[in-house]
Amino acid sequence: MKNDMKKVEEIFNQLKEKFGDSVIELVSSQPVEAFIKISPLEIDKICLFLRDNEELLFDSLMCLSGVDDANGKNVVDDDGTSSIQGGTLSVYYHLESTKIGHKLTLKVSAPRENPDVNSVAKIWRHADWHEREAFDMVGINFLNHPDLRRILMPYDWEAGHPLRKDYKNPEFYQGMKVPY
Amino acid sequence: MSVEIENNKETQNGIKTEQMVLNLGPQHPSTHGVLRLELELEGEIITKVTPHIGYLHRCFEKHAEAMTYPQVVPYTDRMDYLSAMYNEFGYALAVEKLLGIELPERVEYIRVIMGEFQRIASHLVAIGTYGLDIGAFTPFLYCFRDRERILSLFEKTCGARLLYNYIWVGGLSHDLHPDFVREAKEFVKYFKPNIKELNDLLTMNKIFIERTANVGVLPVETAINYGISGPNLRASGLKWDIRKNDPYSVYHKFDFDIPVGKNDIGTVGDSWNRYYIRVLEMEQSLRIIEQALEQIPEGDVTSAIPKRIKPPVGQVYSRVENPKGELGYFIISNGSTSPFRVKVKGPSFVHLGVLNELCKGRMVADVIAILGSIDIVLGEVDR
Amino acid sequence: MGLLDKQFSDENIVVTSVEDLLNWARLSSLWQVGFGLACCAIEMMATSASHYDFDRFGVIPRNSPRQSDVIIISGTVTLKMALRIKRIYEQMPDPKYVISMGSCSNSGGPYWEHGYHVLKGVDRVIPVDVYVPGCPPRPEALLEGLLKLQEKIRNESLVKQG
Repeated sequence: MKNDMKKVEEIFNQLKEKFGDSVIELVSSQPVEAFIKISPLEIDKICLFLRDNEELLFDSLMCLSGVDDANGKNVVDDDGTSSIQGGTLSVYYHLESTKIGHKLTLKVSAPRENPDVNSVAKIWRHADWHEREAFDMVGINFLNHPDLRRILMPYDWEAGHPLRKDYKNPEFYQGMKVPY
Repeated sequence: MSVEIENNKETQNGIKTEQMVLNLGPQHPSTHGVLRLELELEGEIITKVTPHIGYLHRCFEKHAEAMTYPQVVPYTDRMDYLSAMYNEFGYALAVEKLLGIELPERVEYIRVIMGEFQRIASHLVAIGTYGLDIGAFTPFLYCFRDRERILSLFEKTCGARLLYNYIWVGGLSHDLHPDFVREAKEFVKYFKPNIKELNDLLTMNKIFIERTANVGVLPVETAINYGISGPNLRASGLKWDIRKNDPYSVYHKFDFDIPVGKNDIGTVGDSWNRYYIRVLEMEQSLRIIEQALEQIPEGDVTSAIPKRIKPPVGQVYSRVENPKGELGYFIISNGSTSPFRVKVKGPSFVHLGVLNELCKGRMVADVIAILGSIDIVLGEVDR
Repeated sequence: MGLLDKQFSDENIVVTSVEDLLNWARLSSLWQVGFGLACCAIEMMATSASHYDFDRFGVIPRNSPRQSDVIIISGTVTLKMALRIKRIYEQMPDPKYVISMGSCSNSGGPYWEHGYHVLKGVDRVIPVDVYVPGCPPRPEALLEGLLKLQEKIRNESLVKQG
C-alpha cells in the first residue's frame, strides 16, 4: 500500500468541495466496493479533473458498463406485451491510477425515457468502444461521442436493445427464423 | 518505415489517384476468426482501418442473467476459448469475493498450476498462428505438437480437451489424478529445450525480424489511454502485471520475473517485442509451475463449494491476468440465485480498438503482422 | 461368357465402372475452405496439425471457396454471419459438400434458449451433408465425420434415381 494512495471518502470530499451538487452521494453500505454517484451531464468535467489532478492521476479506465436498473413499473399493454416504464438506466465507471495505485468506482443514472449521458471518449480513448457497446445493448445515448452506432448487433437491427429487461425477440430477421 | 502521403492527388505524370476501399472480409485465412476490416488505401499505403465486429456475438451476458451462478461457468469457458481455465478462474474469484468465502490451500495451488499451463498453451497457439500469418508453416506444427501434451494433461484431470468446466465457484470439480504431478514435471523438463528450438526457428530469423521489427510501434502513454494490458503493454515498456501489482490467489508465494520490451532488436513497443514477450512469459510460467508442484499441500477440493450460491446485494469488479491481458468481471447481484448483470471486460475487445492508430501509414502486408502480434480471439471480442 | 471376358493375359489392367472411378477421385482429395468460426475451429486446426493429421485423407485447406470441395462449418453461426456463409456456399463450384461440426452449427448448441443473435442450426441457410456432434468434437470425431462423408460420396450415382 503506497503512501499517497487515497481512500474513497477522501476523494469524495475533494470532489464535493470542487464540484458541489454534481457529486450526489457516496454509497458504501453494500459489499464489495463503494461508489460515488455523479449527475449524468457533468461526468465529463469530473473525469477530466480526476485524470489530470496531480494527487489523483486516474490515467486508466478499467471498465465502463451500461446497466438496466429495472426499477420502474411493469406495465402490461392491451396485446399482452409487458414493458417497464419509468426508472433509470445506469453507467458504471471503474478507474485506476497506474502511477499511484488507487482505484475508484463512479455511477451515473439517467431516466429511462431520456437516457442522455456525456461521453468520456475524448478523455480516455478506451471508453470509445465500451460506450458504443452500452448504446447497442442497453440504449444509453452518449452525447458528444465521435461515432455512436451499433457495434455488436447488425447495423439494421430494429428490434431494440437486447440487454434491457423487457426485450422481446423478433420472429424473423432477413428471412431467417430467430427462435428455436 | 512508414511513408508520408502527399496531399496533392496527382503524380508527376499528371495521373490522378483516388482512395480505394478494400475489404478484408469475415472469411480470411489470417484474421484469427470472423473479423471484418475495412481498409482505406492510398495505393498500397493505409489511411484508415475500421474494424467491424459482432460476427460471433453469442449473447453471453443475456445467458448469464438467465442462469444460476454455477451454470454460468461453461459459458465463461467459451468466450476466450484458447484460455478457458483462466476465464473460469476470473469468474470464480469474482463470485467468491462477493460471497466472502475462504478456500482450501490445495484449491488455490491447483488453480494456479492449471492457469499457468493454460497460459503456455495459449501462447503456443499465438506464436504458431503468428508464424503462419508471416508465412512460416513449421513453427505452427511444432507448437501444436507441444500443445497436445498439455491438452492430454488437462484431459486426464477433467475429461475435456478444450473447454473444461473445471474451476467452480468455491473449489474444483475433480481432484488431480494420481499421476498428474509426475507427468507435469516430465512436461516441464521436456518443454524447456523446445523453447530454444522455437527461438532458433522463428525469433532470431532474419526474415521474421525484417517483417516485424519497427512495425506498429505503440508508445506507453497511448497504450495506457487506450486501456491496453497484458503482454502488449509490457512490450511498450511498462512493467505492469496484475499478478504482481494487484495479487490474487497465491501468486505472492512464487518467485518469477516480468519481462518488459527492450530496444535490442527493433524498438520498444513494436510487433517483434510483443511476440518475444510471449516467448519469455512461457519460460516464467514454467518456473511458477515448478515451484507450485513442489509446494502443493494436501486437502479436499470440494469442501468449500456452497450448496446454494446466493450472494448478498452488492457489486464487485475483479480482474485477473489472462494470457491475452487484463480480464475483468463486473458482477451486480440483487440477492437472488442468478446474477443481475455480468459485464465482462475482455482484453481482446480493448486491443482491437487501437488497431487504427497502429496501422496508419503502413502497407497492407503490415496489417496482418500487426493484427497477429496483438493476439486477439474473436470469442472474447464479441462475447 | 462376355466378349471381353478373360481375354487379357497382362495382369496390369484394372477394369472399373465410371461411377466408381469418379467417386473414388472425388472422395480422395476433398479440399476444404479454411473457414473457422469459434472454438470448434481450434479443434479443426488441431486435426490438421501433426498429431491427428488431416492431410493423409487428402484434405488440405485452401484459401478461396472457388477452389474447394468441402466447407466445414465449425463454430457458432450468428445471424450477422449467416448471410455471408450463404454467399460463400454459393461461390463454391459443384460438386460441393457441407460438414456441420459441433453442436452450435448443428442446432444452436448451448445458446439455443436465450441467444437472440444465434442461428439455431446452419441448416436453416445451407443444406448439410454430415453432422458431427460434440462441444467441441474431438479430432477423432471429426475424422469419423469425414469418413462418413466419404462413404456417402462412394454411394453416389450418375444415374438419376426414380
